[in-house]
Amino acid sequence: MHLKKNRTIFSRRLDSPVVATNGGSVIKAKSRWQIGPHGTRSFSFIAVERLALPAHTLSPRSRSLATLTDDPHQLFKYDLNPDVSQVLFFWISISALLTSLDGKCYYRNGQESITISGAYFGDFDLPRRWDLPSDFRLSPICCSRPFQTRGRILRQISSFLLLFNFSLEEAYEALRTFEVLGIEKTAELSKAICKSVLGTLESSSSTPKDLFHALGVNGILKCSSKEETFEDQTSKTDLHLSDAEGTFRSIKALSQSDGRWRYSSNNPESSTFAAGIALEALSGVVSLASSEIDQFMIGAVKNDIVKLFDSIEKYDDGTFYFDEKLVNMREQQGPLATTSSVVRGLTAFSSVITESLNLPGDKILGIAKFFLGIGIPGDTKNFFDQVDLLACLENNRQVKVNTVLGSHAPPLTVTLVRAFSSSARDNSIIENQELKFDPQDAVYFLDDLPASFDVGEYIFVFKMLVQDSEQQTVYATGTLTQVPIYVTGLIKIENAKIAVLDSDLGSVETQKKLDLAGESTVSVSANHLQKLRLSFQMSTPLGNAFKPHQAFLRLRHETKVEHTFVVGSSGKKFEITLDFLGLVEKFFYLSGRYDIQLTVGDAVMENSLLREIGYVELDLPEPPENASRPPPQPVDPYTRYGPKAEITHIFRAPEKRPPEELSLAFLVLTILPLFGFIIGLLRLGVNLKNFPTSAVPATFAVIFHLGIAAVLLLYVLFWLKLDLFTTLKTLCFLGVFLMVVGHRTLSHLASASAKLKSA
Amino acid sequence: MARSTGKDAQALFHSLRSAYAATPTTLKIIDLYVGFAVFTALIQVVYMAIVGSFPFNSFLSGVLSCVGTAVLAVCLRIQVNKDNKEFKDLPPERAFADFVLCNLVLHLVIMNFLG
Repeated sequence: MHLKKNRTIFSRRLDSPVVATNGGSVIKAKSRWQIGPHGTRSFSFIAVERLALPAHTLSPRSRSLATLTDDPHQLFKYDLNPDVSQVLFFWISISALLTSLDGKCYYRNGQESITISGAYFGDFDLPRRWDLPSDFRLSPICCSRPFQTRGRILRQISSFLLLFNFSLEEAYEALRTFEVLGIEKTAELSKAICKSVLGTLESSSSTPKDLFHALGVNGILKCSSKEETFEDQTSKTDLHLSDAEGTFRSIKALSQSDGRWRYSSNNPESSTFAAGIALEALSGVVSLASSEIDQFMIGAVKNDIVKLFDSIEKYDDGTFYFDEKLVNMREQQGPLATTSSVVRGLTAFSSVITESLNLPGDKILGIAKFFLGIGIPGDTKNFFDQVDLLACLENNRQVKVNTVLGSHAPPLTVTLVRAFSSSARDNSIIENQELKFDPQDAVYFLDDLPASFDVGEYIFVFKMLVQDSEQQTVYATGTLTQVPIYVTGLIKIENAKIAVLDSDLGSVETQKKLDLAGESTVSVSANHLQKLRLSFQMSTPLGNAFKPHQAFLRLRHETKVEHTFVVGSSGKKFEITLDFLGLVEKFFYLSGRYDIQLTVGDAVMENSLLREIGYVELDLPEPPENASRPPPQPVDPYTRYGPKAEITHIFRAPEKRPPEELSLAFLVLTILPLFGFIIGLLRLGVNLKNFPTSAVPATFAVIFHLGIAAVLLLYVLFWLKLDLFTTLKTLCFLGVFLMVVGHRTLSHLASASAKLKSA
Repeated sequence: MARSTGKDAQALFHSLRSAYAATPTTLKIIDLYVGFAVFTALIQVVYMAIVGSFPFNSFLSGVLSCVGTAVLAVCLRIQVNKDNKEFKDLPPERAFADFVLCNLVLHLVIMNFLG
């Protein structure tokens, strides 16, 4: 990568916004259209510098871009602290825009110059360290290769894209997946996405992240905008990042000693995911750098990478993956995302540094195996991670016999080192046979198997060596790969018989032949004094004895009570004898018809069978008193939870009430004594002579009587509708009032009578 | 002998009546009131005997109100009676005020218990 040396024209601390830079010097920038090896195309990350140019010379497109950058506040309005990531985002977006618009750039005065803003940290004091957002990505776009389509997830991706409510980030991931897998995108899909992309690019209020994703999508879809307004066409403009060293150093400063990276200077947590991101960022910085980055720094980063590989985790089957150690990160990235981010960072970094990274080959292999082994993940984002990583590994050509996505392997010798039966690991049947290569199918095959290969389970061990020695550094091969192989065949079952024997003498009462291959059934009958015997013989096609994995005999009663027995074997002969005398209690004394079912099965047996042989009428004695009942059979779940019997509630019979007339009669009777009282009073000659006549005492007396009447009325109301609390509350007031009035009245009366007495 | 007892009883009754006529009117009023209350209670008991005591609380509250008010009236009579040396210094108005207050409290409780 050839970079021109130029002086940096902006410094960290400026007192005034840089609109016109010192002398308006031009930084040559070069846009890269590398047609690299293997037909890949990579965007280089170009940095741009702003010049002071009069606005009217700008075309509408660049004017909009320029206005985007005119205002320093606008550039950083999304974050008060301008950080490298945002600046880089912006630069990358501009560069990608330029390149995607076929590299047309604006120029002035015949020179190749660019009018888009540089980083001016104008009014802001640049922090010494920069924060890295967690989703900062710069990824090269690689060539794709045909791959087997996985219908479901791809349909999912395209369907959700078609629904037009996607975010640009999701669109980018989806399109990259499609691109790697070589799937064509439908026309209306592309149109819809392009519309959104262009809308984002043209609007001045897009965040840098939106711009980044928009340009990523644009790069894949190659949406072209009709307003191509750059004045002149040039294919070479040099752009780069000034002060790359400082940026590099700052990013590097966030690294930890165990190879992981911190997200920001404020956040002490470190993560492997961030390490991947940081490596990508560093590679971007290096590619953008105007001058050579100090080799010492690069060496330090390589050390970090080695340390990072020390933290790799593995499963037992040889797959490797990266995972986070801490669980309290703000966004927990799974092993998929973490590993893919790390590999992305590694590939980006290795593509920009001059010498090669020495990475442990088996670990890369393990990572590839991990990703191939997880099948198709359900989440679109995981799928993107998987496919992206496989594409990066593919690009770096670091995988085994078939490269990860199925491309051609270089000339190899594949040796079958050993093949042995899994049960007899010491004797290997085949040793050191070299497999021949069929160039048409690109397959290695072994011509002739020895005749002594019988059915069964074997393990084949393969070893691969790259023939061409110079390519050995490019490709990493696994050491010895073990592949389990099952050799299946038809097992012969013959001489099947079922017999009922008398237990005492052992003589055969009835014996019937069974045709296990056919469909016929037999029926026998027995009582509890007899035995039932089933026998047959099994042998492999080559005549050896064969012991199947499963050989069961099952008796099922009419009431669905089942009993299962294992058929024992000796050599080729399989036999089971059921002695009903001993089994009477096990069968719960249930007499009747039992269906017989025979099951013989094994993985290598191509004619496994599960068959109803027939039935046996069993006559068992009566169960004694304390015999165990058969276990309750499972009930149909619908009846178990269905509606139960209805319960009718019996209400308490109401008490007998007296007839209404009687009650009314007695009510009248009860009131009568009151009248009797009044009449008696009159007969006694009650008078109101003592009632005070003068005004004030008279009113008090009246009020006193009224008060008492009011209290009694309150009681009546209390009985009718009031509750105790309101009654008490009212009673309080009334009572106090009555006390006062009564006291007045009665004291007046008392004084009056005292006067009368004394007088 | 029966005749003499009969005559004695009559003589006793007559003397009782004549003595009673000498009591002050206020006391007679109070006596009348007591009689009225007791009579009401009796009628309620008879009713309960006929129809059964289903809402027993109502029966109790009815009977007890009558009995309670009769008791209070008796207390009033004792306190108001001038011949009673014990309550000589208690003004009758005060006794009456007590009577009214206690009745009111009694009837509150009765009303609550009546249901």
